[in-house]
Amino acid sequence: MNNPANLSYTKSHEWLEELEDDVVRIGLTDFAQDSLGDLVFVNLPQVGDEVVVGEALGDVESVKAVSDIYSPVTGVVRAVNEDLLDAPEAINENPYEAWLVEVDNITDREETLSAEAYETHCQTEE
Amino acid sequence: MSGYLPATDVERDEMLAALGLSNLDALYGHIPDTVKRVERLSIPEGASELEVRRKMEAIAAKNTVFPTVFRGAGAYKHYIPAMVGAVTSREEFVTAYTPYQAEISQGILQSIFEYQTMICELTGMDVSNASVYDGASAAAEAASMCRERKRQTVLVSAAAHPDTIRVITTYTEAAGAKVVMIPHKDGITDLAALEPLLDEESACVYIQSPNFFGQIEDWEEAARLAHGQKAKLIAGCNPFALMLYRSPRECGADIAVGEGQPLGMPLSFGGPYLGFMACTDAMTRKLPGRIVGQTTDLDGKRCFVLTLQAREQHIRREKASSNVCSNQAHCALTASVYLATMGEQGMTEVARQCRTKAHYAAEKISALPGFELAHQGEFFHEFVTGCPIPAGELNARLADKGILGGLPLEGNRLLWCVTEMNTKEEIDALISLLREVAK
Amino acid sequence: MKLLFEQCPSQSPQVLPPCDIPQQEVIPLPAQLGRKNPPRLPQMSESEVARHYTALAQQVFGVGSGFYPLGSCTMKYNPKINEQVAALPGFTGIHPLQPEETMQGCLEVLALAEQYLCEITGMDAMSFQPAAGAHGEYTGLLLIRAYHLARGDHKRTNIIVPDSAHGTNPASAVMAGFQVINVASGPDGCVDLEKLQAVCDENTAGLMLTNPNTLGLFEKDMTAIAEIVHEAGGLVYYDGANLNPIMGVIRPGDMGFDVIHLNLHKTFSTPHGGGGPGSGPVGCKEFLAPFLPVPYPVSREGSLVLDGERPQSVGKVRSFYGNFLVVVKTLCYLLRLGAQGIPEAAKHAVLNANYLKQGVAKDYDVAIDMPCMHEFVLGLGDLKKETGVSAMDVAKAMLDHGMHPPTMYFPLIVPEALMFEPTETETKETLDEAIRVLAEIRKTASENPEVLHGAPHHTAVRRPDEVQAARHPVLRYRWED
Repeated sequence: MNNPANLSYTKSHEWLEELEDDVVRIGLTDFAQDSLGDLVFVNLPQVGDEVVVGEALGDVESVKAVSDIYSPVTGVVRAVNEDLLDAPEAINENPYEAWLVEVDNITDREETLSAEAYETHCQTEE
Repeated sequence: MSGYLPATDVERDEMLAALGLSNLDALYGHIPDTVKRVERLSIPEGASELEVRRKMEAIAAKNTVFPTVFRGAGAYKHYIPAMVGAVTSREEFVTAYTPYQAEISQGILQSIFEYQTMICELTGMDVSNASVYDGASAAAEAASMCRERKRQTVLVSAAAHPDTIRVITTYTEAAGAKVVMIPHKDGITDLAALEPLLDEESACVYIQSPNFFGQIEDWEEAARLAHGQKAKLIAGCNPFALMLYRSPRECGADIAVGEGQPLGMPLSFGGPYLGFMACTDAMTRKLPGRIVGQTTDLDGKRCFVLTLQAREQHIRREKASSNVCSNQAHCALTASVYLATMGEQGMTEVARQCRTKAHYAAEKISALPGFELAHQGEFFHEFVTGCPIPAGELNARLADKGILGGLPLEGNRLLWCVTEMNTKEEIDALISLLREVAK
Repeated sequence: MKLLFEQCPSQSPQVLPPCDIPQQEVIPLPAQLGRKNPPRLPQMSESEVARHYTALAQQVFGVGSGFYPLGSCTMKYNPKINEQVAALPGFTGIHPLQPEETMQGCLEVLALAEQYLCEITGMDAMSFQPAAGAHGEYTGLLLIRAYHLARGDHKRTNIIVPDSAHGTNPASAVMAGFQVINVASGPDGCVDLEKLQAVCDENTAGLMLTNPNTLGLFEKDMTAIAEIVHEAGGLVYYDGANLNPIMGVIRPGDMGFDVIHLNLHKTFSTPHGGGGPGSGPVGCKEFLAPFLPVPYPVSREGSLVLDGERPQSVGKVRSFYGNFLVVVKTLCYLLRLGAQGIPEAAKHAVLNANYLKQGVAKDYDVAIDMPCMHEFVLGLGDLKKETGVSAMDVAKAMLDHGMHPPTMYFPLIVPEALMFEPTETETKETLDEAIRVLAEIRKTASENPEVLHGAPHHTAVRRPDEVQAARHPVLRYRWED
């Protein structure tokens, strides 16, 4: 598994990148995309929507399943990766490039894992 | 009576023996006796096919089939070419399930793909689903597509079909949203009254054209007003009127819905019918129900599958936008065969004849004292007139001559419908009968 | 196969005579109202249309084509007499808004079907307005909602749904304005009484239950389940998808159910038509009858009338009175089978399912190995671990043997699920052949799993690319020009 060390991770398989103070990028991990299979659609929030820690900020669809994406932070969506709406396969192909949303005005966060700790977590799920 | 059981007594006993059971009731041995029914069902004994046929024919004979029909109001008598019944009665089409197994269901899947294409062509819209229950539930589902967190008001024209209004109301209010009626004036939706009703909580506006009174509405102005408040316009359509009048797309509608019964389905006391639904590309993922898409198989061959299934209840469960599970596949097939047989020319011819005959009848009827036209606007194949005697009495007199007259409306008025099925001779005979009454 | 739109244009048939209104009497359509871009529809001769649809029909597998053990769908034989009777002009030629005295036959069909189906289900009243099972669920839930509100009880916002339920259950509950409380099944696949008790409270509007459940098992604690929900002030809803094995033997009304829907297209032999039309009548106990949709047929002074004045009614869920011709077919079926034939059919459905289960259990794991009702579920989780062969692979391999596969990947609580429902109208010979075929596939799974990954091998198309279809949807034909 190749989870970049500069990112932090959640137990529900999202990754976070700290862009600047109180701004994060959120995406789905390699482990997530692999277990979800070929993704066919992504439902994302709109810019300006509030997201809440531990609650779904959107979902991803494969042919026969849909899975929630849980927000690791509470804050306001400042950007969404609209390219994914036409090309959800980017998440399968390159999960750490294919970010989903950027969130700012962060007021709450869940505890995240380091790349190493996340890998250990994934092993317990396999 | 064996019903339709193929097993002989010997086979049945062999199967029971294989299971180590002595009789059929032992199959229910693990179920508490308290819930089991011991007495015999209180329904008639089984009967042979011939007896059942006789009994059902006797029941059917208690109905009156009117040779001449001048009544529509949401159920229309049109000619159904022989091709339609011949194709749709094929056992494969009749007895198959929903085409989950694409490998052995290409016939149904392709027919739905063709249906979707023809509904898109008729309405001018981008995307169609594989159909829903009927025109009224299609309108209700369309209103659900438009509702969002902050937009919970559905505006409905009071000139729409009363059943459609009621079904939209049931669906909308159950979901905790609100229905606001747009009044009608002179037989059409009062768009001047619509403007002040629209606000930032409006989800959509539903306008049917031709409306319940047969009148053609101004969808374009309705779309302009709705869009001004970022609400959607849902256009309720008649498939034949779509051949002649400006399409929902040309008028800026976001969703087009309608009752597909006129496309090859008999009156049948109200069902089975067919709800068609089509929308703009932007709303594709909100469209409820089955949708068929094109793809390729392992060998690269073009084929068709049920697609975008992650929208649906069997995957999203409580988060699905609709609970619709089936479509009206066999009715969609019926509509497709009808459209393919008639072709563009045939469809246009039916539409023209409906309008021409209805206008001819309206001219003649409204010239009779007491039968004046209620509304002055353009109409397709239905129109409202007065009636100089109680409407029920008039219809009873017409019924004696085998004619189903116009539908009585409030205020002792009549809603007439004329289609290609009504010959000039029939129309002239009707007018003679009305003339006697008018005297 | 060519699409309608790809056929060479040929001469359309002349179906109608020329318009008989004299040209001078024709009132032209105002130009500004006229359509600018006419629809493009096929232009084909009658013979070409016939060939096109014959070709399509040849690529459809129906109940008439072979064994169709699609679980939860009850793919029994669809009697021909039903179709003939439903095509009688005395039914097809009736306008829904005719005067009541001219539609007595239609109203009698509804009244008789209501009477017989109420007797079979232990209900007191029934409406045929819902057009399908999910539509019936929705209507039944509206009754529950209206009942609580009529008592002035506004707290009842929750509908409890077991995790083994059909997806329509939770979706219908949300559409009817409820919140869904999912409750996990016990290890035996049945409702866990303790868990049910824990979620029942003053907010409980009702419980939705399929019995037999989607594992094909009879809920052994049925009486206790109903008591727990009733005790909390909720109602118990019966999803009639699985009525077939108990019709005439056990009545939902005797098991504590207050409101039900039926799937006439499953239990009562009306055909599925490739996905509809069905019919999903909703039945209820007397105390819920005032809430049924309008209009409701009632008998008055010796004749039948449509009662539209029911102030407590939930309103309308469909135009007119539902899928009437489907009810005609159901009535034919009920008359054919009668008091004795109905339970007999149920018992044979259970016999066939248990016989098939015993036959395939030699080669596959049964999810919950208990006596089943009309269907049973295989769990191929271990097979997949051992051989890499999935439920999908086994299902697709059945296609090569001329059999329709069972329902795949449902219920969701069983990994690699295959759900078989043979129905009562299959012969022992067919069941034996299915057992043989499944044994052969099991053998191939061990010896040559690759063959199964590539199945089916002999169908017109092979494993369509569903990912491509969903990622880049092509939902209609577009002309090149």
